[in-house]
Amino acid sequence: MNGAHDMGGVHGFGVVLPEPDKPVFHANWEGRVLALTLAMGATGEWTLDAARFVRENRPPAEYLSKSYYQIWLAGLEQLLVEGGLVAPGELAAGRSLWPAAALKRTLAARDTNGLLKRGGPTNREAPRPARFEVGDQVRAKNIHPVTRTRLPRYVRGHTGTITRVHGCHVFPDSNAHGHGEDPQWLYTVSFPGRELWGAAADPTVTVSVDAFEPYLERAP
Amino acid sequence: MARAGDDSHRAANHEHGSELSETQLRVRALESILVEKGYIDPAALDVLIETYEARIGPHNGARVVAKAWVDPEFRRWLLTDSGAAIASLGYAGRQGEHMVALENTASMHNLVVCTLCSCYPWPVLGLPPVWYKSAPYRSRVVADPRGVLHDFGVELSTDTAIRVWDSTAEVRYLVVPMRPAGTDGWGQQELARLVTRDSMIGAGLPKRPQDVS
Repeated sequence: MNGAHDMGGVHGFGVVLPEPDKPVFHANWEGRVLALTLAMGATGEWTLDAARFVRENRPPAEYLSKSYYQIWLAGLEQLLVEGGLVAPGELAAGRSLWPAAALKRTLAARDTNGLLKRGGPTNREAPRPARFEVGDQVRAKNIHPVTRTRLPRYVRGHTGTITRVHGCHVFPDSNAHGHGEDPQWLYTVSFPGRELWGAAADPTVTVSVDAFEPYLERAP
Repeated sequence: MARAGDDSHRAANHEHGSELSETQLRVRALESILVEKGYIDPAALDVLIETYEARIGPHNGARVVAKAWVDPEFRRWLLTDSGAAIASLGYAGRQGEHMVALENTASMHNLVVCTLCSCYPWPVLGLPPVWYKSAPYRSRVVADPRGVLHDFGVELSTDTAIRVWDSTAEVRYLVVPMRPAGTDGWGQQELARLVTRDSMIGAGLPKRPQDVS
């Protein structure tokens, strides 16, 4: 969806403020939110793509006014309520009022490092041959789904070159909405800066995105 | 997001006072509910936080880069089969399942962003810094990378082309910066001290020998 999260090329946010490596968390609650999100993600009650979608799909004013981990918190609360694991009244009361739901699994402390080490690879066996190969000219489709997409607005309608083929991966656009993994070929597509930003742009700049095959069509 | 730094600093200040912010209260309430229901093992939360505060961070990536600087065979491996080369040093897993290493040269500077959220190679760099997740970086770096590098105090030659990599899927990118001059004969551990987090995103350059002496 065309949300506030899709920020590439938006003006007016000001300068970047670098900061040192530490602290990792700027308040204790930020670490708790990260850990709660990862631990509940490990229950398998929703996909990583669904969790990301609820963070991206927030009203623009809310998205822009909340801090990063406040968005994570709001996203987690929404997943819990929508999944029937926690009732809104319980969030308001700050304690459990009703019996727990049966979860597929929970994350024990002793399994945590193994879980992080395994991660969640998204590459899948190819259901069909790749449509494009390195060097092909492709155009990012001019699409505006109201559901999840990972095709940023700033490349839509523009022509680029396939520079890498990454195999088939879980398609976030499908997986975020409970429609299955629907694996799709994934490519790095490189665009000249001037193709994206016009003749006044820096001619030495190239920008690439990682685009799933359904986002692309052969350049005319 | 635009005020991410401000909000979190305000929250950090609250942490030291007696007053609890609304966010802190919401987080505590949520954790209580999830523990009471048996959905969460509080000890698992502590392990997760400790892992990303201490164990997994940019010191991991610095080891990868330093090894690539001294070991031509490893460098070739890293640039052709990044995930396997990085895993050989023990760094793999969540948010680094599909790694690609990008080598900076005098003629090409690579710079990584996630304009849509905060995709970042956790096993080698840890969790992303506030600026990487912020609206100013995400909005501007794809259109004006030289301007963003200027914010970091980095001025590249106009002969150096810039390639910005927007991490829009599950591929995670690690920049291998150029080895600083004046480091001939240095060992991997010494070299790793020069490799900054920002240099492995492409937003900075490694430290020079005189910066760490």
